[in-house]
Amino acid sequence: MSSPETSPYKGTEAADHGPARHNEWPLWEIFIRGQHGLSHRHVGSLHAPDAEMAIKNARDVYTRRNEGVSIWAVEADNIAASSPEEKGSLYEPSNAKVYRHPTFFDIPEEVGAM
Amino acid sequence: MYAQMIKSTGEGVKSLEDMDPDERAFQERINAGGKIEPKDWMPDGYRKTLIRQIGQHAHSEIVGQLPEGNWITRAPTLERKAILLAKVQDEAGHGLYLYCAAETLGVSRDQLTRDLLSGKMKYSSIFNYPTLTWADMGAVGWLVDGAAIMNQVPLQRTSYGPYARAMVRICKEESFHQRQGYDIMMKMAQGTEAQRKMAQDALNRFWYPSLMMFGPSDAESVHSAQSMAWKIKVNTNDELRQKFVDQTVPQAHYLGLTVPDDDLKFNEETGHWDFSQPDWNEFFDVLKGNGPCNVERLEARNKAWDDGRWVREGLLAHAAKKKATHLAAE
Amino acid sequence: MTDPLFEYLCRMGDNTLVLSHRVSEWCGVAPVLEEDIALANTALDLIGQTQLWLGLAGEIEGKGRDADTLAFRRDVWDFRNVLLAEQPNGDFGQTMMRQYLFDAWHLLQLKALKGSSNAQISAIAEKAVKEVTYHVERSGDTVIGLGDGTEESHQRMQKALDRLWPYVGELFVSDAVDQALSAKGIAPEPTSLREEYDTAVNAVLAEATLTRPDSDFAHQGGKTGVRHTEHLGHMLTEMQWLQRAYPDATW
Repeated sequence: MSSPETSPYKGTEAADHGPARHNEWPLWEIFIRGQHGLSHRHVGSLHAPDAEMAIKNARDVYTRRNEGVSIWAVEADNIAASSPEEKGSLYEPSNAKVYRHPTFFDIPEEVGAM
Repeated sequence: MYAQMIKSTGEGVKSLEDMDPDERAFQERINAGGKIEPKDWMPDGYRKTLIRQIGQHAHSEIVGQLPEGNWITRAPTLERKAILLAKVQDEAGHGLYLYCAAETLGVSRDQLTRDLLSGKMKYSSIFNYPTLTWADMGAVGWLVDGAAIMNQVPLQRTSYGPYARAMVRICKEESFHQRQGYDIMMKMAQGTEAQRKMAQDALNRFWYPSLMMFGPSDAESVHSAQSMAWKIKVNTNDELRQKFVDQTVPQAHYLGLTVPDDDLKFNEETGHWDFSQPDWNEFFDVLKGNGPCNVERLEARNKAWDDGRWVREGLLAHAAKKKATHLAAE
Repeated sequence: MTDPLFEYLCRMGDNTLVLSHRVSEWCGVAPVLEEDIALANTALDLIGQTQLWLGLAGEIEGKGRDADTLAFRRDVWDFRNVLLAEQPNGDFGQTMMRQYLFDAWHLLQLKALKGSSNAQISAIAEKAVKEVTYHVERSGDTVIGLGDGTEESHQRMQKALDRLWPYVGELFVSDAVDQALSAKGIAPEPTSLREEYDTAVNAVLAEATLTRPDSDFAHQGGKTGVRHTEHLGHMLTEMQWLQRAYPDATW
């Protein structure tokens, strides 16, 4: 429950840094959807005793400059993340599909904006 | 800067040929401009040096709240009070972002805090100087934030992803900090006789401590070389200090204030200002704990932490009770 | 008697001025970073509201005094904030209890002012009500969390409640100023807000497992300026020092 000395993310190697203090507030990852209809985006983390306070803290910490209209808070321990070793199999196949990118296609200038 | 005397754990920089395959792949990735992310393999020295550097940077933001917080309740207008409060609040936010970045390396915020409070970890020497008049709010914003920005802008490109992202956010938010300081200085410099005196006095007291913020000359340092190879340090201390002086001197002249350095002279050949070094003995004294305010700063942080314990524990206990009730209801 | 409208605007503005000052005293020394940042937000909202209320007060008075002059150049007897707002911070529990007891009233007051017959007042209330809706949510949750937390936090919160409760009654005392404004539909009768306040506060205190004191004895003298506590003078000494020491300077 405490933000762990061992790791804020499951599977992260701990640094050698002395014993953990009990009674730490857990770490939360904060996602915010801005005014312009884009999807929620990770903006950072913070500590809070529970989910309700995490949302309130996020409002105070991460929307001081009108950044958002909707907040998600996820306890860092509950995030499942891909591991770096899988990077190749997950992402490289899409490198070959260059035709998905508009710059793949040469359109003559006289055709105009497209 | 905010992290002045970071010792990397390496013993000098290894050549690519001397590295084992993991290390070499890591270094090549950095050389190619790639980012290192929390779950990636990294040399132990990289992790430890980063924890120290980010931790020291975070501590500086938090302790840095105190000298300016000293004037919030005495700010001379409602608008100045709001601006100063918003600025000091930003420092708390920046400390928070940085602690979170450090936490991705496997250390907790509370642990870092404990190391600050015990004196084991350091913070920037600049915050051990007192703020004595309202003009100091101007000088701190103009000089101290100016020096900080100089260091932080290149750190947006640092190799460690979470650190770089924190710096991007911090730089964006800090853009008003230096301006509000200079704005105070302009008002003072154009004000009454007493205000002009205050402004000059603030510059006199903060000039050399600001130059110290960049740390001693690092020409000889193996630590700097390793940190630069890892791209967790982007420029040398001397480069940044020169850049700061070149930028700041004309700003002082615009205010009609005198930089307290008789040897300050524009060098036509180099195109830079020649200036006197600060007293590095004083710098090391401050780092050792003998600055004018070291004791007060650590006392204040310790008191806040100790006084706040029951609050942190109370809210956590309530959260646990709520969770238990929810589970029982399911 | 001075213009009741001016008097009333000073009451609103002095409440937010004095309370924002108290809250700003926490900057840099709160129990945890997230609370430090949140408290600063509350203080910033209240400073902003002060500028609006006292700005309008100066305009209504028509003697060339702006919000800063009113904030920094009046002495204790000219201040019109309720005694609750000037109470010292004490520990974090006392600060949050003071905040909640004030916020719960503030929200009802502002909601009523949104319907004011005075367009400038209703515009200020419209803006402030959004900010204060969040203040009361946050301070209420904190009172609940600490009241129903550990044994120690519970005791501290009960102590804070007992300490501050005698200053709640003044929020609902009605006088000639209130009556004059309520007759014109400018501001609500203070007494009319009490029932809803009690309902809200009782619910929060119950969830916080705190006991509302039996006695409703009320200290008075803040909103009329007749008798402030000793604390206000010390606050003004600090707040107004620069303006008083260098009266010919602008900042």
